[in-house]
Amino acid sequence: MSDSPLPSRPAITVRQLDKSFGEGDARIDVLKRVDFSACEGEMMFLVGPSGCGKTTLLSIIAGTLAGDAGEIDVLGQSLPRLTRAEVTAFRARHVGFVFQQFNLIPTLTVQENVAVPLLIQGAPMRTALARAQESLARVGIPEKAREYPGRLSGGQQQRVAIARALVHEPRVIICDEPTASLDRENGQRVMALLRDVARDPRRCVVVVTHDPRTYPFADRMSEMEDGRILRVLQTPAEIGAAHTEKL
Amino acid sequence: MIRLALKMLFGDRGKYLLLVSGLTFSTLLMTQFPSVFCGLMTWTYANMFNSRAHLWVMDPKAEQSLDSKPLRDTDVNRVRSVAGVAWAAPYFQGTLQARMPDGNFKLVTLVGLDASTLAGAPALLLQGSLDELRLPNTIITDEFGLDRFSEGQQNPDGSPRRIGIGDIIEINDREARIVGVAKTRRSFTGGPFVFTTYDRAVLYAPQQRKMLTFILAAGEPGLTDEEVCRRIAAETGLRALTEEEFRWSTIWWYVRNTGIPFAIGSIVLIGAIVGMLIAAQTFHAFVLENLRNFAALKAMGASNGRLTAMLAVQSLTTGLIGYGIGAGVASVVLRFFVRLGKVGVYTPWQLPVAVLGVVILISGFSAILGIIRVTRTEPAIVFR
Repeated sequence: MSDSPLPSRPAITVRQLDKSFGEGDARIDVLKRVDFSACEGEMMFLVGPSGCGKTTLLSIIAGTLAGDAGEIDVLGQSLPRLTRAEVTAFRARHVGFVFQQFNLIPTLTVQENVAVPLLIQGAPMRTALARAQESLARVGIPEKAREYPGRLSGGQQQRVAIARALVHEPRVIICDEPTASLDRENGQRVMALLRDVARDPRRCVVVVTHDPRTYPFADRMSEMEDGRILRVLQTPAEIGAAHTEKL
Repeated sequence: MIRLALKMLFGDRGKYLLLVSGLTFSTLLMTQFPSVFCGLMTWTYANMFNSRAHLWVMDPKAEQSLDSKPLRDTDVNRVRSVAGVAWAAPYFQGTLQARMPDGNFKLVTLVGLDASTLAGAPALLLQGSLDELRLPNTIITDEFGLDRFSEGQQNPDGSPRRIGIGDIIEINDREARIVGVAKTRRSFTGGPFVFTTYDRAVLYAPQQRKMLTFILAAGEPGLTDEEVCRRIAAETGLRALTEEEFRWSTIWWYVRNTGIPFAIGSIVLIGAIVGMLIAAQTFHAFVLENLRNFAALKAMGASNGRLTAMLAVQSLTTGLIGYGIGAGVASVVLRFFVRLGKVGVYTPWQLPVAVLGVVILISGFSAILGIIRVTRTEPAIVFR
């Protein structure tokens, strides 16, 4: 469990967020008046049973999905007020992603995969590859640069994904079930790595998970159920209790 | 990103090869068959190519170069008397049977030329002399004629015998001694060309009331061919065409009146459709397989414009590579055809350009399907 000082400046603030899918009888309210916040220098967990809406909330925070109503401020920017193109540009500049299935492009080398966010921003290939190499060194696998993702273990692939999420120095890192495809040992390593990433006082890491073994890495934890935030666990003791309870 | 797009494409080797194969096959069909069609069409006006006459005068109802609607011999003088005509010469053309030394018969295209000027004689003589045509019972044939006449010929010892200069064949029971070998373009009817004088040709050919097939002519300097044709037509009532007009009249006659364009066109259409189906289907499968990757790129901030550019580059690159290989293979196959000499082959510069255009259209169509799919994909699917 983290022993870092509690953060203060909010990086993400969500107020009264609603989101539904479908129309008429088929309409499903996935998020109901959700309030949520995550601060700089914080590793915020979003937990809950499958179908409770945590991935939808994460998608909206990441700017990959629009909410129906409510306020979403990320790094002081109100996402609903931005155009689609502006949201895309905002994501490119400020948001890093770690996906459950890694989503590494199998035909690109590890180094090229890591360089992708910089290339999206228009960086020259040479610069992007050099910074990708630095990012790989940061996650401890610089020697894998020329390999293809398919030749790496699951843990190594997730490290590559983390290197990719960090390469353009985003201030918000969105992690969707980062340990779901990993064994316990690799899961712990990846979470430790993300914990280190979150130690940057200007960075906020939001992790969606239903793996209780990762709870000790959280600074705070929001529990969701049926489209609502049930409670926010603020202290290591509360999180520890939740960890024990789930295990 | 373009480099990454190409790596994504080349990395999926199976689909990449299938895409390239489809477009290669399509390019091959779309290049090869029209080239054969164009080659066949050049055979339809082989007599014009061999004769190099500027103006062709014919019966008003004649439409194409093999159309035999004979004129009266006196029509030559009528044409000569038209103001602005520098010269006019009779030209006989007919398809006849020639009897070989071994008694076998071969089909030939007999051409009779004005004996005094030999106007309309082939430009290049490989063996012999054109002047010897003025000797009694002489003919000039072409290389194809020698090949055709030599088929089945044997020396007394049983070895194959090659017909050549000095050999005698019979046309309509009359002796015809070969005195020259010309380089000619092949005739559409398949028989070799046999050139002789007009007077002798009408003796060789079965007698009809009128024997003159065409009148070759040229205008006076300072007059356009079109103007001279107009004057000939006005004063004689005959049809007079420039070589180019007659060539196109002949080609269009074959296009309108034979099944060749339909047969070739349907193969070309099948080639284009098969290419389009394979390319579109495979590229779509490639896009579907990479949809999560594209969605991940979108999530990471890649705009629809950038993804569109990536897909366009991928599709266009495949198209160009497929086209390049297809055009190369077509060129090898067509060279082989030319060497065989069995099929006419002509690839006008417009054909490869048109095929490239079709391949780009096919690639563009495939890309558009992929682009629609990718741009409509929500980046949020990567979280599912």
